[in-house]
Amino acid sequence: MSHAAAAHYTSTGLDSRKIAFWTFIGSECLLFGSLIATYLVYEGRSVSGPTTHEILNIPLTSVSTFDLLLSSLMMVLALAAVQRGDRLWARVWLAATALLGAIFLGFQAFEFTHFVHEGLGFTTNLFGSTFFTLTGFHGGHVFVGVVWLLTLLVRSFQGKLGPEKAMNVEIAGLYWHFVDVVWIVIFTVVYLIQTTPLPAS
Amino acid sequence: MGFVFSRRPGAVRPVSWLAAAALILILVGCSGEPYPQSTLHPAADMSGAIDGLYRQIFWWAVVVFVVVQTALVVTVIRFRRRPNQPEPRHVYGNTFAEVAWTLAPAVILVFIAVPTIQTIFRVSGRAAPGALQVEVIGHQWWWEFRYPELGLVTANELHLPQGREVALAITSADVIHSFWAPRLHGKRDALPGRTTRLAFTPDSAGTFLGQCAEFCGESHANMRLRVVVQPAADFEAWAARQAESPAVDSTAALQVAGLEAFRRIRDPGQHTCIACHTIAGVSGGVAGPNLTHVGSRQTIAGGTLPNDSAGLARWLRNAPGEKPGSLMPKIALSDDEVAALVAYLRSRQ
Amino acid sequence: MSPASATAQHDAPVVPVAPTGLWSWITTTDHKRIGLLYGFTAVFFFLVGGLEALVIRLQLGAPGNSVVSAETYNQLFTMHGTTMIFLAVMPLSSAFFNYIIPLQIGARDVAFPRLNAFSYWVFLAGGLLLNASFVAGPLFGADRLSVAPNGGWFGYANLTSSLQYSPGPNIDFWVLGLQILGIASLAAGFNFITTILNLRAPGMKLMRMPVFTWMSLVTQFLVVTAFPVITVGLVFLMLDRIFGTTFYNVSAGGDVVLWQHLFWLFGHPEVYIIILPAMGVVSEVLPTFSRKPLFGYAIVVYSGVLIGVMGWGVWAHHMFSTGLGPVADTVFSATTMLIAVPTGVKIFNWIATMWGGRLHLTTSMWFAVAFISSFIIGGLSGVMHSSPPADLQQTDTYFVVAHFHYVLFGGAVQGLFAGVYYWWPKIFGHRLKEGVGKLHFWLMFVGMNLTFFPMHFSGLLGMPRRIYTYGPELGLGMLNLMSTVGAFLTGLSLLVFVYNAWSSRREPRVGKNPWAAATLEWAVSSPPPVYNFSVLPTVTSRLPLWTEHGVSEIPDTPPGPIHVPGGSHWPLMTALGILVIAVGALLHHHFVPSLVTVLAGLGVVVVSVYRWAFEPFEV
Repeated sequence: MSHAAAAHYTSTGLDSRKIAFWTFIGSECLLFGSLIATYLVYEGRSVSGPTTHEILNIPLTSVSTFDLLLSSLMMVLALAAVQRGDRLWARVWLAATALLGAIFLGFQAFEFTHFVHEGLGFTTNLFGSTFFTLTGFHGGHVFVGVVWLLTLLVRSFQGKLGPEKAMNVEIAGLYWHFVDVVWIVIFTVVYLIQTTPLPAS
Repeated sequence: MGFVFSRRPGAVRPVSWLAAAALILILVGCSGEPYPQSTLHPAADMSGAIDGLYRQIFWWAVVVFVVVQTALVVTVIRFRRRPNQPEPRHVYGNTFAEVAWTLAPAVILVFIAVPTIQTIFRVSGRAAPGALQVEVIGHQWWWEFRYPELGLVTANELHLPQGREVALAITSADVIHSFWAPRLHGKRDALPGRTTRLAFTPDSAGTFLGQCAEFCGESHANMRLRVVVQPAADFEAWAARQAESPAVDSTAALQVAGLEAFRRIRDPGQHTCIACHTIAGVSGGVAGPNLTHVGSRQTIAGGTLPNDSAGLARWLRNAPGEKPGSLMPKIALSDDEVAALVAYLRSRQ
Repeated sequence: MSPASATAQHDAPVVPVAPTGLWSWITTTDHKRIGLLYGFTAVFFFLVGGLEALVIRLQLGAPGNSVVSAETYNQLFTMHGTTMIFLAVMPLSSAFFNYIIPLQIGARDVAFPRLNAFSYWVFLAGGLLLNASFVAGPLFGADRLSVAPNGGWFGYANLTSSLQYSPGPNIDFWVLGLQILGIASLAAGFNFITTILNLRAPGMKLMRMPVFTWMSLVTQFLVVTAFPVITVGLVFLMLDRIFGTTFYNVSAGGDVVLWQHLFWLFGHPEVYIIILPAMGVVSEVLPTFSRKPLFGYAIVVYSGVLIGVMGWGVWAHHMFSTGLGPVADTVFSATTMLIAVPTGVKIFNWIATMWGGRLHLTTSMWFAVAFISSFIIGGLSGVMHSSPPADLQQTDTYFVVAHFHYVLFGGAVQGLFAGVYYWWPKIFGHRLKEGVGKLHFWLMFVGMNLTFFPMHFSGLLGMPRRIYTYGPELGLGMLNLMSTVGAFLTGLSLLVFVYNAWSSRREPRVGKNPWAAATLEWAVSSPPPVYNFSVLPTVTSRLPLWTEHGVSEIPDTPPGPIHVPGGSHWPLMTALGILVIAVGALLHHHFVPSLVTVLAGLGVVVVSVYRWAFEPFEV
């Protein structure tokens, strides 16, 4: 029994990094939960300025949502490739995930600048403040994820992402899927279920 | 004192606490004047209800305190190690005990919960129709009181008729404050952008002190108030006087000079009296308290200074010195100006 | 920096020893050293917070006093609360989490030693940032030296969120300081949950763990769930102040009560974060000095878990005066009353532990008994607060100040001092002096009661809290004077403790188990070797050292090579980067310098994280 195995004795049989990451995800649920709850509490209470109906573009955001969902599939394929030692496809799928993530960020950047043009800024009203903070935090998380994926991609090109490193990719995958799930909640709560009263016609 | 500080461990604690509590209760109970902001000397229906509820809870707490502290003390004394004792038996638990000491406190809590819930609904701030309506607006660091039905506006001193229900609608013009006149009712926060409510009926006439009870900035400690409860006839008379706005007595030269000063004064920072204060017929500022009847009040400066010549002079000369951070600036005034202003303001009864 | 590995290829294995020198402390990843760092820093900040309290008490010792100005006073009570909670009591608990938990569960270190070091350095950064505000006035063009936070430890919006009502950098220091401290706590939370769940020695089932470790586990779950909520609230506050967003802006439709909900959703679990470790300590000390096991171990554990879970359902009891409405009042009153039940259950189990025992009244034991006694009082005043109508008179007065000091000082601080006296010999290899310790205890116990018991009365007699002065007409001068005298007595007791710590250095060395205690940390030398256990033990009992064959044999010298992870300076560098980002944010009135500093800090963080991730480091 090598000392490495003894050093890696665990009470649960799970990798410590995985357990730690799940607790991190738990705390992130509370983080995004608080942001979403604030958004909901303040929905419909803006005193002035544009609100959801005037400005949200459901068709466009549906495309970016699909893009993010697709990226999760790419991530699953990337992990599978790393686990079986398939260096080529690991790089392809990692790059694809990162690319789709970057495209999502592109959609967000476009949407944000469009909103500002339409008169909805960070400080315009409650909707602006809560919307940009919530989606901004999410976008920040996507950005970190893309950087993470690119780092893994570089490691792969350096030949340092063999199957023995699969846990690193699995954890990156956990993060990526979590960020995707958060987006699904945001998309549903902010875009699809709008409870702001419709303006009188 | 030997008994209190005996070598027996644990004997100190309950005896010294009971002694301290008794001493303090004696100090509190035997003093002639009730403490002016006491919650234990209610003078209204709601504060009475709260006090009654509190006393019930208090006695339950005393029972639990005595039982549990005694158990603790007895245990520590009785099982202190002595020479030549065998090692104690290892006991791991007892289901009956666990059930008993889970249920017993739960039952006591029920006895506390029931009157609590009843009183919650009683003090929820809904008044009967016909109650006297008063709007309470908290400012940094003074209280504005408006009587919409009577068309009155005053500051820091709330007059109420004895025996009649009053409905307070409380809000803030700036940050969170809390309206608290302990002998009359519990406190209610004054929140900007929202209205909260208190309703109560004062039983006894008198002057009851209160103060802001939510940290609101530099001079939070200086945001005091008085509630003057008067027999109905006296209250009517007060309200009638408040509704008038007497002109200055043209034969009193000093008062006339004071009115002129009030109108004219402008400091290097371009602050004027008239920009911030309202005196009916003279000015319409709303940043500071309404001074139409300032002379009729017991105190000034958010209840922190006596409303006499000396107090007024101190305040006029250096408001920020009296009340740190006050929005009223320090205005350079000559002695003549001060004397004139004091005379004028004191004439505003 | 190469790992200080001891895996040399000799015939006889080289026994690893701890490295020496300042650099070894700066780069340490050893949980025992990190625990010591936390401990010393916590005691230092406890003295700072205590000094703030003494000035407060001097000011309040008589009505109409002018020891300090209103502004200074407001800074003092803000910093006293913030310091005591975040820089003193929580880190003192962390000192014990760090030092003791791995030993109690039979592990060599925590799951992520570098993350552990990171938590300490970030905590230190936060503490330094907060206290730097005392002398930072000139840097911000203020007309006074100190721009320390002055909005209360609870920082209610919109007083704090609006630049109109809180101009100046005071609140910025507070927000950024707390955010940094939050990072430290969260990192430690992930680390200790993983450690406790995953690094227990063979046979150390969850229900065989010492109660201290159990309560610490519950505490860490509370940390990782509660801190994100305050993070969000503070982010909103920061955005309102820096960018002019509308979260707490009433004229834009914002609600100041939102801040209170977010704050207290964190704030109530926070008080359980503070008390549960001390409860864990007491649950270790009492059985050891009663010579019998903890009564009702499982019930005590479940009660702790229940308190943690139920602690999430009571937050609005801090808001009874805001006009929540009778239905909400009733619900939160009920949940608050319910939480008294598991708390009481623990107290009864502790008393039952001592019942029938053979009590050895050491200083540690005195503190544990005093914990129970004070917690009874603090708990009972808490039950009084649970009734909203009664609370309408009590909240925001000295009555609640009495309540929480009884549970925080009488409870947490005394409980942690029980731990200090208990585990001192394990950590330093000698006991603290018992005679001096008894003096410390009695001065502290009497002082604490003299300070806070009268506050029940001054509160009920109408003294609100957070006031820099009060009028003589209130008749409360004598009660306040009593509290002031008590405070100085308590301060004196702290000095006695410091003297004890210093003068005990020459006390006789102790062996592995000077108290003949039952848990695993007492199975190794005092202090433990750098690798803790020469072989990872196998455990068959909840009381391994009180049970025949309760733990496998642990040889004095390791039979084979043991890898001891080396140090790393990347945790410190990352913490430094975070500090630089915070300083940049403080400069937000000057766009370019602020942006440059933030980006520089971000750069340091990114580089440090990458170096950390890719440096060779084996646990």
